[in-house]
Amino acid sequence: MTTIQPVDVLAKAENLRNSLSSGFRDEIVKSLYTEAEGIARRAVKTASDRRYDLDQKIDRIVTSPITGLPIMLFLLSILIWITVSGANVVSDWIASILFGIGDWARALFVQWNMPWWVTGFIWDGVYRGLAWVISVMLPPMMIFFPAFTFLEDLGYLPRVAFNLDWLFKKTGAHGKQSLTMAMGFGCNAAGVVATRVIDSPRERLIAILTNNFVPCNGRFPTLIMLATVFVAAGFGGLTSSIIAAGTVVGVVLIGVGFTFLMSWLLSRTVLKGEASAFTLELPPYRRPNISRILYTSIIDRTVFVLWRAVQTAAPAGAVIWILANVPAGDSNLAAAIANWLNPFGLLLGLDGVILLSYIIAIPANEIVVPTMMMMYMGAGMMVNAPSTNEAIRSLLVDGNGWTMLTAINLMLFALLHNPCATTIMTIFKETKSYKWATLSVVITLGTAFLVTFLTASIARLLGWA
Amino acid sequence: MSSEKIQLPTEHCETCPAYSQLEQMGIKVGDFDRVVALAGNPNTGKSTLFNSLTGLKQHTGNWPGKTVTRAEGGYQFNGVKYKLVDLPGTYSLLSASQDEEVARDFILFGQPDCTIVVADATALERNLNLVMQVMEITDKVVLAINLMDEARRKGLEVDTRSLSRDLGVPAIPVTARTGEGLSTLLSTVAEVIEGLIKVKPLRVNGTPEFQNAVRELAVMIEQMTPGIPNARWLAIRLLDGDARVQKALGSGELADIVARQTRADVQFSRKMSVEGRQ
Repeated sequence: MTTIQPVDVLAKAENLRNSLSSGFRDEIVKSLYTEAEGIARRAVKTASDRRYDLDQKIDRIVTSPITGLPIMLFLLSILIWITVSGANVVSDWIASILFGIGDWARALFVQWNMPWWVTGFIWDGVYRGLAWVISVMLPPMMIFFPAFTFLEDLGYLPRVAFNLDWLFKKTGAHGKQSLTMAMGFGCNAAGVVATRVIDSPRERLIAILTNNFVPCNGRFPTLIMLATVFVAAGFGGLTSSIIAAGTVVGVVLIGVGFTFLMSWLLSRTVLKGEASAFTLELPPYRRPNISRILYTSIIDRTVFVLWRAVQTAAPAGAVIWILANVPAGDSNLAAAIANWLNPFGLLLGLDGVILLSYIIAIPANEIVVPTMMMMYMGAGMMVNAPSTNEAIRSLLVDGNGWTMLTAINLMLFALLHNPCATTIMTIFKETKSYKWATLSVVITLGTAFLVTFLTASIARLLGWA
Repeated sequence: MSSEKIQLPTEHCETCPAYSQLEQMGIKVGDFDRVVALAGNPNTGKSTLFNSLTGLKQHTGNWPGKTVTRAEGGYQFNGVKYKLVDLPGTYSLLSASQDEEVARDFILFGQPDCTIVVADATALERNLNLVMQVMEITDKVVLAINLMDEARRKGLEVDTRSLSRDLGVPAIPVTARTGEGLSTLLSTVAEVIEGLIKVKPLRVNGTPEFQNAVRELAVMIEQMTPGIPNARWLAIRLLDGDARVQKALGSGELADIVARQTRADVQFSRKMSVEGRQ
């Protein structure tokens, strides 16, 4: 007996297909649809006098070409404003408690005559890293995640996709990229996985490579802190929080702008092609289930992200402490590396410490600010950790020569720089290619260097910095 | 350790004997007696149904495409342990995007004991296309007409008995968010698996000559790959000239998928019980 090979089956299928009368395919599809229509008609009765068209009325406003985009911008601003103003209050409060505990425990260790390096390693290294991460990250996440999940459950995301579709189409990308972009606000790795909804491999790659241009929750706290401490400094109360929120919204919009720009560049160079058509349902608005929202956003997202940050912050704190206490030349290793990086940092309107922090923080973006602060403090500036905005500002400006340019360029750098290690791994897993994973780093890091270099040069030429 | 009892959604459920027999088993799906798949169009509430049956907290969201990978959980009903597989939403089984391929491969080659197709009561006609495509592949189908509360609010009345009669498989009205109708759904699934409910899925057969061609080709496919499930469906797809299926067959990928699916099921269960969630 001969075994049957796939080619034989394919040939047989070809044969049989030709023997069938032409149009048999349309016949089948047609009868499928007719059948479905008939069945549905028999099963569904409509009470025509009770048409429920509130959804459509709302959609006419939120997806209108005129009011759609402004409403989106408004919602985004509100979301960020609530996050910024709420986070500041809670952040101060958590910081003073955690740093208070740290100082007290440190004093206790000194009193017990513990070796200096034990006290230093535990309380100035590991503990301080943890305390910083928790006080900087927890408050914005606790507010942002539930608010975002609320919009998601309500059914607003598909409307965002609808509003932005024409823009993505113009750049040669897929309209569903706005969905994956929105997921990126939560976590870029999640945004990369979400690109699976895009069926065209070309457009999916564009969505993957540009996802990092929206700041994830690990980077939001950096933006919020800088906007509050620098841009909005000197204003009081409500004005201050509005200016800070406005700055963050501006940064987010720059990120969205870079998403479009890079999508456009990619679809005209390495990923050439036209945008494909797609259908997207606008589901009915549904009443969000508040208890579920709280569960998902607090337990799943906040605790999950925070735990990840804590896991990286503790070792990072230890590394920084060691770097700052290993002698090198007439200072320490951290200072030596930072000094070596400094000329390049200054060229970008940043400094060596900032660049070193970004290198240490590759595993998780969340720990950039804490790392930076600890290195500045490690220079012997102060023993107590700064827990208020004024203290942070004075540490950075008076102690380390920061200017407004440093703050703005750091915000731009935080927005544009390379994805965190988790996201790079996810990109590799999703594309199964070293090439694309590498390119995702090259594109973002290149953009970050270029943009910060340009702003620094322009500011210097104009004599602003 | 014992599985936790379900949070009863309404007072009526508490008095319902069937409901009290449901035990959510979360991710403890190590040993199970039956496999049930959850399929359906995007955004019809599959993940919500999955959560309320398993007690897991799979992320849900009101937009099509939220679930891109499959999730697994377990529940126990009348002493039988079921593994429930939540699949990404799909409009058809002929698709190309990755999330839809996950769903298609599982229904085709994962050989679930029963497939629950979740349909949106407010958009029944569009949903029925997928229902009928799933019924092409497998007999053991139970239709869950979800979002009944939304349909009522829109003034729609869905006659599930008429649907059952026309489709030849049970159609159960449910509201996954509140838990309404879940006990009936579960007992129906159990009865379909045990053969207590006879299913006779409606199939659009086409002309007699087409049917003969399908039969002839299906026999050949079975001879080529003994034990391949759904030879009939593959034959139809090949006659239709489905490029994706042709490619899968030609490159030997099809045989691989059959083997891999079995392996993947084992690995996936292990992964889920370690990590807990995706």
